[in-house]
Parts: sequence; structure tokens; C-alpha cells
Amino acid sequence: MEKILIILAHPAIHKSRVNKDLILAVSDLENVLVNDLYENYPDFFINVKREQELLQEHDIIVWHHPLYWYSCPAILKEWMDLVLEHDFAYGRQGTRLHGKKVLNAITTGGSAEVYSEKGKNHFTIHQFLIPFLQTANLCGMQYLAPYVIHGSHMLNKRGVDFYAQKYKKAIIALRDGKFNAGQLVTTSYLNDLI
Amino acid sequence: MYGQDFFLLALIYLLAAVIAVPLARKLGLGSVLGYLVAGVLIGPFVLGWVGKDTEKVMHFAEFGVVLMLFLIGLEMQPMVLWKMRRTIFGMGGTQMILSVIIIGTIAYLTGYQINQSISIGLIMALSSTAIVLQTLDEKGLLNNSGGRSSFAVLLFQDIAVIPILALLPLMAVLGGNSESAFNPEAHDTLFSSYPEVIQILLIVFVGAAIIYFGRIAARHIFRLVAETGMREVFTASALLLVIGAALGTSAIGLSPALGTFIAGVVLADNEYRHELETTIEPFKGLLLGLFFISVGASINFSLLVQNPFTIAGFVLLLIALKFGVLWITGKLWGLKHGREMLFALALAQGSEFGFILISFSNQIRIFDVQTSAMLIIIIIFSMAITPFLLMLNEKVIRPRYIRKRNRQVPDELPEKRNKIIIAGFGRFGLVVGRLLMANGHKVTILDSNPSNVEILRKYGFKLYYGDVTRPEMLEAAGVAEAKLLVLTMAEYDEALKIAAYLKKNYPHLKIAARARDTFHAFEFHKLELTMIQRETFNSAVELGAKILEFMGMPRYQAFRSARTFKHHEEEIFEELYQHWLEDENRFIQESRRFSEQLNELLQTEKEFSIHDTDYAWDITAMNTDENSDKNPGIQNH
Repeated sequence: MEKILIILAHPAIHKSRVNKDLILAVSDLENVLVNDLYENYPDFFINVKREQELLQEHDIIVWHHPLYWYSCPAILKEWMDLVLEHDFAYGRQGTRLHGKKVLNAITTGGSAEVYSEKGKNHFTIHQFLIPFLQTANLCGMQYLAPYVIHGSHMLNKRGVDFYAQKYKKAIIALRDGKFNAGQLVTTSYLNDLI
Repeated sequence: MYGQDFFLLALIYLLAAVIAVPLARKLGLGSVLGYLVAGVLIGPFVLGWVGKDTEKVMHFAEFGVVLMLFLIGLEMQPMVLWKMRRTIFGMGGTQMILSVIIIGTIAYLTGYQINQSISIGLIMALSSTAIVLQTLDEKGLLNNSGGRSSFAVLLFQDIAVIPILALLPLMAVLGGNSESAFNPEAHDTLFSSYPEVIQILLIVFVGAAIIYFGRIAARHIFRLVAETGMREVFTASALLLVIGAALGTSAIGLSPALGTFIAGVVLADNEYRHELETTIEPFKGLLLGLFFISVGASINFSLLVQNPFTIAGFVLLLIALKFGVLWITGKLWGLKHGREMLFALALAQGSEFGFILISFSNQIRIFDVQTSAMLIIIIIFSMAITPFLLMLNEKVIRPRYIRKRNRQVPDELPEKRNKIIIAGFGRFGLVVGRLLMANGHKVTILDSNPSNVEILRKYGFKLYYGDVTRPEMLEAAGVAEAKLLVLTMAEYDEALKIAAYLKKNYPHLKIAARARDTFHAFEFHKLELTMIQRETFNSAVELGAKILEFMGMPRYQAFRSARTFKHHEEEIFEELYQHWLEDENRFIQESRRFSEQLNELLQTEKEFSIHDTDYAWDITAMNTDENSDKNPGIQNH
């Protein structure tokens, strides 16, 4: 059983329709820890030492956030800037994260179709997530396929429940090593493996 | 119809005041003495311009005292008064009992009968509310412990006048003048013919009426009146209120001054307080002035010429005895560092209530006419000497205490000059200083509290002892070469003075000031200081944010809410400052409008903030998403 750290970056999780249910579905799982950045660091003063220790204690990292302006909410960028230090996460002596797995779990307002060459946003989700992919590469981590919920605002209660359960199954499967290692990287969305 | 006589009299009084008061103030004697001297000058024994009417004028002008107590009441929140209860009754009671015993005994030893001696003790125990409060207020001494104690004792005496009025007839009986003692003319109130139970009920009723009116009705009435926009109607209703309270309380046998004082306290948190103050203030000033002039004019110099030494002796004796009693009282109740001297000197005179009590005692034949005149002149002279006594305190006694307290010599300051000087290293300056030092800045630290200096030195701080309110000390510390002075001293007015002085003499020097409150911040802003920080504002907001979290608000939202609050406050500061510069009354209205605006802002933040929606930034993408399914459910997977 591997240990999963879900790093949550949502400035108003209590008001969210989808993310709140996703997080609730996984927060009580054994060996899964939810680390709510906005709740822990409302003034953006991130405790670097604590965050680095958490990273070292876990095997799989999930960056869980809504897609804001084709990227993550500000606090997660701040987290990366501060926590992924030289000689910790990268550089000659920065090998502490080597071998860990990391993925994005994101929600987007727009449907899958708008995230395509012909859609309004012109690029795919995978293209927007390239900075995360390369961050993982530089830190020696394996970047897994993202868990993506498109058109989150259009989901009704049933839809939200469906995705929440699916997320829970995905996290459990990740934790218990149930996925085919190759597929985890090659599949388009992690959702598709469930 | 008043004829020319009335206008002539008015002309004389006004002229005397206009000439004598500015002159007296210029000479540093205070307005009270100016008025008294003016009174003496126009009185029957010098120019003789006024004479027979003085007593009537004095009675009329006593209303000034009533107005003054109303204004003092307005300044005093009910809670503050409640906190003072021990001082009022403890100090007031001690002073009263000691005075009666000591002054009464001396009077008995000089040959008065026992009933007369007790009466003299009771009458002379009182001090002059008018003179003391006016003088202390003018000198800004009402807010130190000596001034507050003086006020408490005067308040007690105002209350004590009523039982004294009841006791005097008993004294007359003791002296064998039984049939005149209960002369109903002597002191009757509207209701004194009713049985006692009804009288007590009436007292309760009038008290309740004042409180009801002040708490509930006054607000609406004043608003209605203010809405008419007619200033004179507001003035009329303000006077109506005061006169109503005065008549109401005197009808039930209490002192009108006490009644208006209570009315003032009840209205202290009314939103029209400031307007009431500015409306009543000129009436109070004029009437008090008139009162002092009439006191001056009624000094009977022929009596003085007949027995100059006796009178001078008695005046000095009275002052000495009162001073002694008050000094002991002050010491017993913990006044120190020269405050007990201020307290004892300020109250060491007879009272204007004394005039009333003496003429009453005369009516019920405790004293003969001769003795009454003598007692009155003694009181008047003791009153006239008070301003001099306070001047003596200010110029000679107080400096001595200050020197004694600051006996420790200022430390030798270092040769090496630092770029930053911190003036005041108490609980505020300490935090500022630690942050600066933690970041490697060299600072010169000054503090004027010797024990503080000693303690902090033990913790390894290098700080220098010296009076930070003195410009020379700061000059010795090197303000001429420094880049920044951190003005963190706790003294309110001194900090302003120092800032103004340095701004003028060392224009290159930047000043960072700790403001005690908004108004302090305004004053500093007026001096165009570089940095101004209100001392409690930030920590209060922080605590507020923690409470929001405690009540269940997510931490990030609480944090944003507190930030919004802070920034809003900073944004409106300049605007509020401008209003404050223009007009204080307007300022209060404006700040209310701003707080409504802030409310709206925070509400908006809560309901529509970008952070509060799950779909956040790409909401438009949703609306224009042509591919979106009308029956969403599980759309893509």
C-alpha cells in the first residue's frame, strides 16, 4: 500500500459544488492525506519545512485544483516556488523526490471540446499541463495521466456523485497499485482507466 | 420692558470681561482671576458701576455652574462614573468628615457655640465647583489622578448639599431657635409638604424620567429638531433639556447641578453629544464669567477695611485647614507624585454653595448678620486666592516633583551615531526594535522609564535612559545625523510636540510615529510624517479574523475579510482626515457613512468574490460553449 498526499488548492472549497464532494470522498481513506493549502496558509506564508517533510513521507502526490487561467490557483504556484527547493527537489543533491509519482486532479468549467485545437481554448488540457509535467521531470518524479472533470458547472448532483465515486476508486487503485504502470502514463485521462 | 439700565449693565459686565480676561490670561493668571478682578473693579468699592444688583446677577449666573456640570456629564460615559463610585464616596466622605471635625473644632475653640461650629464646619467643607473645574479644565489638569479626584470630591459635595440643608435646621434647634428653625419659608421644595413616601416616589419618578428621556426620547427629538435645519431651534431644545433637568431635580429637593450632571451622563453616548456640547458651551462660558464677576463685585471691602487682620487670618486659616484635610485625604486614597498637592491646593477654598447655606443659616438664626457677612467674605477671598495657589503648584511645587522623579541623570550617549533612533522602548517600541535588530539594523534606543531600562538591559538590550519628551535628549542621541526617528513613546501630547519640533528643526529627518488612536494619527498626518501606525488597529483586526475563523469561516476567507477591512480603513483615512480638518461634527457623520460603505464592500466580497465560485474564471467559456449538452449529467465520460 502506497501513501498518497493530496495537495488541495481551492480558495473557497466550502462553496464549491464538485471539488468539495471529490475531497470528501477521499479524505477518510487509509494512507491518504489531504493537505488544504488555503486553509493552512491563508496568508500565503507556506511552512516549507513541513511541506518538504510531507512530500518525503508520501509516495504519490496529487495536485488537486480547479483550472484557473489555464493553470493552478496562485497558492499552488507559491508552494512550488518555495517547497521545490534547490538541493531538495532538484540540483545535484536534490534527489529527495526521485522515484515518486505525481499527477494533477483538475476540474474545468469548459467542456472537453473547448480544450482542443478547434475549440475556443485552442489547446488541449495536456498542453496546458506541460509546466507540471516538466516540473515532475526535473524533480525526478514520474508524471501520471491527470484526473480531469470537464464542464464541472454543468454537472448535476448525480454527475457530481458519479465523479466523486470514480475519484475515490482511482485514488484507492493508485494507493493499492492496481493500475498497469505503463497505462498510467500513456492513457489520456486517468478517468479512462476506471 | 427693560430700559436703558439693562443695556448699560450688560455693557459694563461685558466690557469688564472683554478687557480683564484676555489681560489675565496673557499674564498667565487664568480666566477665573480675570473675571474676579473685573468684578472688583466695577464693584461698589472701586468704580461703583454696579452695586445693588450683584446678588441677583449672581443668582442668575449660578446657572453657569449648572451648565458646566451638564457639559462635564456629557464627557463622562456612565461606566466611567460607575467606576468612580468608590473615589466619589470614599474620598468625598473622608474629606467631608475630617473637615467638619477639624474646622468645627477650631471654630469652637475660637469662641463659637457648638451648633455654630458644626454649621461652619459643614459649610466650609464645601469647595467651589465653578472655580476648581474651570481652572483645572483650562490648565488641562482634569484628566490626571489629582484632577479626577478633585472632580469626584466636588461631585460628592454637590450631593452632600442636600443633607446639609436638612441638618442646618437641627443646628438651629440645638442653639435654641426652635421656632424659626422649621420656618417653612426657609427651604421648601415643590413637594416638601407631601409625606416622605411620596417624596421618595417622586425622586424615583424624576430620575426615571431623566434616564428615559436621555436614553430613548432625546435621540428622536434631537433628530427631528436637527432635520428642521434651524440652529436656533436646536439651541432652544438643548437649553430646554438642561433647564428641564435642573427644575426637575430642584423640585424634588436635589441640587440642580446634580440633576443636569446626571442628564449629561445619560446623554454621553447620544449621537448628538458633540452638537449639544458646542451649543451649550458659549452659554456656560458667559454665565460662569458673569458668576465670577458678580463674586468679585460682591466683595465687601468695608468689612475688610474694618478688620483686615482678622479676615486675612481667617482666610489663611481656612485655606491651611482645608489644605491639610485634603492632603491627608489625598494621601489616604493613594495620590502621589505631587498629585496630592494639586488636589489639596485646588480644593482649598470655600464654595458658592456656601453663600446659599450661609444666607439660609442666617434666616434660621444660626448666625447673626455680622457673622454671616464675615463668613461670606472669607469664602470669597479663599476663592480669589485659588488661582494663585494653582499657579504656585504649577510653577514651584510641580517642577520640584518632576525633578525628584527624574533625579537619575540621563545616560551618556555613545559617540557612534546610528541611522535609526527609537524614542520610547516600552511594549510598542520593543517589538519594532526587535524586528529591526533581528534584520541587522543598528539602532539607538532611548527610554524614559528607569526601571524599564534596567530590566531590558538584563536581557541584553543596549538602551539609554533619558527623558524622550525633551528635544535636547534626542539631539544628543543624534537626530541631526540620523535617517529615521521611531517615535514610539506612550505620551500623547508630548509625542506630537516632539514631532512638530523635529519636523521644523531637522527637515531631513524622517519620522515613523506610533499613534494612540485615529485622532492622534490625524494630528501626525497634519505634520506630514513619513509613517504613521495606529497602535491597536492591526492587532484588533487580527483578533477579529481569528474570531471569524472560530465561528466557522474558512481561514482564507477570514484572512481576506480582515485584509479588506484594513485596506478600506487605509483608503478612507485621507478622506476622513480632510473632514476632520474641516469640522468635527461633520466628521462623525462621515465616519458613519464610511462604515456603511465598508459593510457593503465586505458583503460584496462575501457573495460575489471570484474565489467563492467553483467555476471561477472560465464562467464565460461555459456560457458560450456551443457544444454544451442541454441535459448535462455525465457529459464526457
